[in-house]
Amino acid sequence: MDKKTPLHDEHEALGASLTGFGGWLMPLRYTSDLAEHRAVRAAAGLFDLSHMGEIWVRGTGAAAALDHALVGSAAAIAVGRAKYSMICAEDGAVLDDLIVYRTGDAEFLVVANAGNAPLVASELAERSAGFDAVVEDRSDETALIAVQGPQAEDIVAGLVAGDDVATVRSMKYYAASPVTLTLADGGTVTALAARTGYTGEDGFELFVPSSSAVALWRTLLAAGEPLGLVPAGLSARDSLRLEAGMPLYGHELDTTTTPYEAGLGRVVRLDKVGDFVGRAALESRRHSAPSRVLVGLRGLGKRPARAGYPVVAPGSGRPVGTVTSGAPSPTLGYPVAMAYVTPELSAEGTEVGVDVRGRTEPFVVVPLPFYRRPQH
Amino acid sequence: MAEFPAALRYTVEHEWVDTSSPAVVGVTSVAAEALGDVVYLELPAVGASVEAGTVIGEIESTKSVSELYSPVSGTVVEVNQAAIDDPAVVNADPFGAGWLFKVEVSSEGQLLTAEEYGQHTGH
Repeated sequence: MDKKTPLHDEHEALGASLTGFGGWLMPLRYTSDLAEHRAVRAAAGLFDLSHMGEIWVRGTGAAAALDHALVGSAAAIAVGRAKYSMICAEDGAVLDDLIVYRTGDAEFLVVANAGNAPLVASELAERSAGFDAVVEDRSDETALIAVQGPQAEDIVAGLVAGDDVATVRSMKYYAASPVTLTLADGGTVTALAARTGYTGEDGFELFVPSSSAVALWRTLLAAGEPLGLVPAGLSARDSLRLEAGMPLYGHELDTTTTPYEAGLGRVVRLDKVGDFVGRAALESRRHSAPSRVLVGLRGLGKRPARAGYPVVAPGSGRPVGTVTSGAPSPTLGYPVAMAYVTPELSAEGTEVGVDVRGRTEPFVVVPLPFYRRPQH
Repeated sequence: MAEFPAALRYTVEHEWVDTSSPAVVGVTSVAAEALGDVVYLELPAVGASVEAGTVIGEIESTKSVSELYSPVSGTVVEVNQAAIDDPAVVNADPFGAGWLFKVEVSSEGQLLTAEEYGQHTGH
């Protein structure tokens, strides 16, 4: 039985189609995948991400514990900043990809994917043994609402007062700070506001107690509507992150993958002091040639590739890889996909085929991301 | 919930066919909603013979793809080029402007009435 987020009744009232995802019942779309996708690119979208896991690590040894537990360097994160990281097994396999927020000298928030959150929480607890650190999984008490799109800053800044206005306006990408939001019902809620997202657009992610989720959701919908904000579901979220070349656990990342094949070797900090789980395996992996490489593919025809479809060598039809995510790109107007392919076919401009339900369609290797937002 | 046009007949795979000659074939509002925004249609060629209950094309949305089954056997005499050019019409008007192709019918497959289709889909 899938869990319901604190915003479940809001989604039903908005007429959302619901789908199971990572153990949660989530909005797939409210009206139209394409309209929601385009609203995020052009104005703003409102996402319920309360299925994500929120795990706090606190204590004077919290940074050291995370440096041991994760492949990145938590100690190097400044207070008020965030870092994309991963938790790996001893053999270097990716157990989850994470965002680590440093909210204090001795306090970190680790945000995990919904389906992996229980595993991440238990691994963090186990790996923190021996450090002065306490791990607390607050996923069930925490709601996460994201406002994503070029209008996001105006929408969020319009709901705060005093110094918080400047805090929101000047907040850097991958930074976070507590701000107090004025709710439409007259109350207030203090959120941890983070300038992070999974859409390729500017935007904020707001962590609030579950009890405030409905009031904040309604406030954001009402405040954002005049600026073009619409509620957006997982379908738009998936096509947005694919255009932005961002990996999705279970597709580009899983326990058969190390960060190196995924092109994310930069998150592994082999230069950090001390041992960490997976170090030995990742060190040797770093220096051996990968058997497969994650690439971006652009379709030259109309038929999109989908996750799981075989990538084949042009001409011979020999299997050379597998598509991990694929869709018709709403922004670009042609099919895009990410795929693991053998290294000799991973160079930009290489032509490959994708077996789309029995018929080979032409694709070409292109750099990721497919889409970059216009810079101002 | 949804009302299905009584003049049409339906398949369990969510196609509809009318009683004109040649017969017009499309997909139902249930299919259109389940798929999400349709972005690509692959329809049989004019002149192709189709057999009831077999796969004759594809209907693809941002999120998924599903196969098109012919509700009838016969020869395709026209395809909806406007829908191929702008498949959004399948979502906007699945029982009207979003029709897919026309068939000179030689025989019918297993078809449901609007009421039976409504029961089948739980509407």
